[in-house]
Amino acid sequence: MIYRENGQFKTSYLADQQIFTIAQDKWFVLGLIAFAAIGVPFLADEYLFRAVLIPFLVLALAALGVNLLVGYCGQITLGAGAFMAIGAYAAYNFMVRVDGMPLVLAMLLGGVAAAGFGILFGIPSLRVRGLYLAVATLAAQFLCDWAFLRIGWFTNNSASGSVSVAKLEAFGWVINTPVEKYLFCLIFVVVFALLAKNMTRASIGRQWMAIRDMDVAAEVIGIRPMYAKLSAFAVSSFFIGVAGALWGFVHLGSWEPAAFSVDRSFQLLFMVIIGGMGSIMGSFFGAAFIVILPIFLNQFLPFLGGLVGVTVSTAGISHAEFIIFGSLIIFFLIVEPHGLARLWSIAKQKLRLWPFPH
Amino acid sequence: MGFFIETMLGGLMTGMLYSLVALGFVLIFKASGVFNFAQGAMVLVAALAMARFSEWSNAALGGDSLFLANVIGIIGAGIVMFAVAWTVERFVLRKLVNQEGATLLMVTLGIAYVLEGLGQTFFGSEIYSINVGMPKDPVIMFEGLIEGGVMINKEDFIAALLAAVLVGGLTVFFQKTSVGRALRAVADDHQAAQSVGIPLNKTWVIVWCVAGLVALVAGIIWGSKMGVQFSLVTVALRALPVVILGGLTSVPGAIVGGLIIGVGEKLSEVYLGPYVGGGIEIWFAYVMALIVLLFRPQGLFGEKIINRV
Repeated sequence: MIYRENGQFKTSYLADQQIFTIAQDKWFVLGLIAFAAIGVPFLADEYLFRAVLIPFLVLALAALGVNLLVGYCGQITLGAGAFMAIGAYAAYNFMVRVDGMPLVLAMLLGGVAAAGFGILFGIPSLRVRGLYLAVATLAAQFLCDWAFLRIGWFTNNSASGSVSVAKLEAFGWVINTPVEKYLFCLIFVVVFALLAKNMTRASIGRQWMAIRDMDVAAEVIGIRPMYAKLSAFAVSSFFIGVAGALWGFVHLGSWEPAAFSVDRSFQLLFMVIIGGMGSIMGSFFGAAFIVILPIFLNQFLPFLGGLVGVTVSTAGISHAEFIIFGSLIIFFLIVEPHGLARLWSIAKQKLRLWPFPH
Repeated sequence: MGFFIETMLGGLMTGMLYSLVALGFVLIFKASGVFNFAQGAMVLVAALAMARFSEWSNAALGGDSLFLANVIGIIGAGIVMFAVAWTVERFVLRKLVNQEGATLLMVTLGIAYVLEGLGQTFFGSEIYSINVGMPKDPVIMFEGLIEGGVMINKEDFIAALLAAVLVGGLTVFFQKTSVGRALRAVADDHQAAQSVGIPLNKTWVIVWCVAGLVALVAGIIWGSKMGVQFSLVTVALRALPVVILGGLTSVPGAIVGGLIIGVGEKLSEVYLGPYVGGGIEIWFAYVMALIVLLFRPQGLFGEKIINRV
């Protein structure tokens, strides 16, 4: 009853081509964005911004990129961390080496650089698929880890191997406080999420999905596998690269290659699978789950230990975190293999019928 | 010349050790179609159990018999690995029959986290040592053939021999015994295997046990080489290109792949490394695997991947 499509007639092509054709969807998304932009800055404190909200937004953007590739085009990748690194270091180099380079342009150029490498490392996908491809993309990961550690040019020959960005300024807006950083990230995430949503229902997204569902059949109906797969790699890497630049510039400020290690790649893939493959909303759910869970466990376990009179050591906590994190992943995959996004669509289905389920 | 051969032999020995870990991957993939990222964690847990059980038995019995401690350690670790196999099958895999490859892959990552946490909680997270009495001193060989001879680490040599024996045994097991045939049937198609009367659950327990034992052997050898510590987990990442190069479904492929990667790594590090700043071992292996993949998508020895529409 609350969420109903019927009765909403479109009388023009313009109305039919909206990103959200259903009024409820549109208002929900608009409300969510308005809340995130206006409501959250009043509610959250500095710690929440720095430790939870900013990482959540940036990683959600990266997970979105991974989801385009893994969820929509069906190409498993374990090299997402590498593309984040390429985005971050490329943006850094554009900032340092080009005088008067605007911040936003540098970040987008970082994304473009990541997209170029994405195409390069996407070439094996034309020949191999599935797990073989996953390992092939690991090559990108280790190559980048090594290159950014050993080749001084990328880090502007900094002695410690870590690079840092001094001042963030976009269009005359100096980004200093956590709230400003949060809003800066939010703008990127909203724009890119809408872009992704639009792309997945356009010709290019449908080509990806056809390739994912059965590549031979897709080829038969006239979809070029090379174009579809490589464009998926390029777009996905672009998203991940921009997210990497945000992670380095806005969240970390100064960073080392270890910030984009293979663990990050695994983490992003977790987000996509737990959140829901082939779902824009799912990327956000997954990112929220993965970002918040460790923080929650970190705070909650000592409290729980204190409750039963056991002092848990720091090592004990980190081990317990491993165990609980792993078990929750297994649990979620068993009870809901299609991810948290599936729960979301079940809820929508329920709202369609409520309060008269029959 | 002597140095070149020495480097190459060193590479071959390391390669054998890689193939030991790679074997675990191949076994589980062959028998359940699951790419088991938890193999590294299994190596760690096996090595930890082995090290700690032998230490505890020494402390409990008061004796200092190396042999007895090691036997108890191996038995204890074996039991632990069996428990792991049974638990994984009972509580995880049984509920995920016929799921997609990506889901199963993620589940094994979850298992890896749980194993790493549990293993370190029970057995501690310090650095432990395993001493199975392997000779450590290097020997000089082929003195007659090459000037100066070639220096070989006896420990590596024994490890390589052990790996070779293990591989031979497993190949026979997979190709000739009825259990091995059942395992291959399950890997091909869960439902089809079940419909001809192969018990899925039992088969999975068996194969995870075998993989656990392989992990134990790998853990003992790696552990006695570089100490039992958390970084053993990363050995799995070193073994991945080996599996891909040799083919995910081929036991001999794991061995040949291991040898190629081992030699390639060592030679590249020694002869190419100085020009580009060193440390190229790890990605060089992956790039080698990648190049092979471009020409043979199923790896060197893998079964040809046939796509049916």
